[in-house]
Amino acid sequence: MNPSLALDCRGKPCPLPVIELAKHLADVEVGELIAVDSDDVAAGIDIPAWCRMRGQEFVGQDTAEDGVARYVVRRVD
Amino acid sequence: MTDPAGPDEQAPAAYLDSASSERLHPAAVDVLTSLLARGEHADPRRLHGAGRTSRLLLDNARAVAAEALEVRPDELTFTSSGTDAVHRGLLGLVRGSRRGSTVVHSAVEHAAVAHAVAWGGESDEVLADEWGRVAVRDLVEHGSAAGVAAVALQTANHEVGTIQPVGELDLPPGVPLFTDACASMGRLPLPGGWDVAAGSAHKWGGPAGVGVLLVRKGTRWRNPFPGDDRVDERAVGFENVAGALAAAAALQSVVAERDETNARQSALIDRIRASVAAIPDTQVVGDPVDRLPHLVTFSFLYVDGEALVSELDRRGLAVASGSACAASTLEPSRVLAAMRVLTHGNVRVSLTRDTTDADVDRLLTALPEVVAELRDRVGL
Repeated sequence: MNPSLALDCRGKPCPLPVIELAKHLADVEVGELIAVDSDDVAAGIDIPAWCRMRGQEFVGQDTAEDGVARYVVRRVD
Repeated sequence: MTDPAGPDEQAPAAYLDSASSERLHPAAVDVLTSLLARGEHADPRRLHGAGRTSRLLLDNARAVAAEALEVRPDELTFTSSGTDAVHRGLLGLVRGSRRGSTVVHSAVEHAAVAHAVAWGGESDEVLADEWGRVAVRDLVEHGSAAGVAAVALQTANHEVGTIQPVGELDLPPGVPLFTDACASMGRLPLPGGWDVAAGSAHKWGGPAGVGVLLVRKGTRWRNPFPGDDRVDERAVGFENVAGALAAAAALQSVVAERDETNARQSALIDRIRASVAAIPDTQVVGDPVDRLPHLVTFSFLYVDGEALVSELDRRGLAVASGSACAASTLEPSRVLAAMRVLTHGNVRVSLTRDTTDADVDRLLTALPEVVAELRDRVGL
């Protein structure tokens, strides 16, 4: 998975990773991938939940180079 | 105790957290006040007059509570808390099992069940759907495996209110069913089909420090902890006679009043659900129909749960939250996580038996304002 943009949300507690994702979604084109790197345990639940609520596609979970969880989302609209 | 009025409000604070602890029922206050004022709490095992009086009060408490729950008095034990009743009830089934020590339980059980299993059994967790409901088929399938000591399923979920299909489980012989009834006891009749059940008095308007353990006649239950030589062999320690009698009095009243209370609360919850759902980017969770009458949970996107609770408290509205930032563990609610629903910006509203339309009006006026304000702070 090669995202066009990766947001560094390390050390940011919920709901900051989801807020960053919402703010930067428009920075990628429709159809492109945007990633959120987050060590917050709630992000693994809240990012897929955000995708369902906002009609975006949750592509899956990956790992950033430093081992931190990376959540990948495809911009649908 | 501090002034119950919120600092910024002239109206008294609206306490909307009965699922954490219901306000003491007047019937419990009466019993506690009169017994404490008498100042006697003799040992109910002694043969002197004061001891016999204590024993009489304790037996009376047991009889009243058993009648309210439609069980036999010898099936009911007063414990030191609901958690204690869960631990004893579930682990006693593991100790008494001839099949093994695995406990099949849902992913949305109260932490008391998870802690008990981690301490004294092997866990086999069954998932719940997006409504928080557990499938009968999954539980029966897992419960039929070799080595299963017991199946644990709550009567209703304490965080989202969804009622579970406890009465529909057809487990193989020798596999008992434990039900954690803490969220519903008193408010709803107990379902059928269980062998051991647990309840907590402060959740129905009785005092804290009193739990109820129910063990059906003929169940293979063995005390999992050190015993004692008290009145009831399933419990330990000096009996909390005043607490047990107050809990029983509250339970009797709550059961007598519940048809009226439930209808009123359920209508208020329907109103809250509809109004909150109209706030943009909001998820109202739990079963909208097959649910506890007094409870609803919802989450707002981009909102910090701790800030939300604090801001509502400032406006004189006391609510709970399952968000990580509002929890002592800094982990999101296990229940919300298991349901795969939003965990941040979460609020659980649970009505007390005297919550008014005006209290709900205040909440429904405050919520959109507070949510808009908090979203504005983060630029969304």
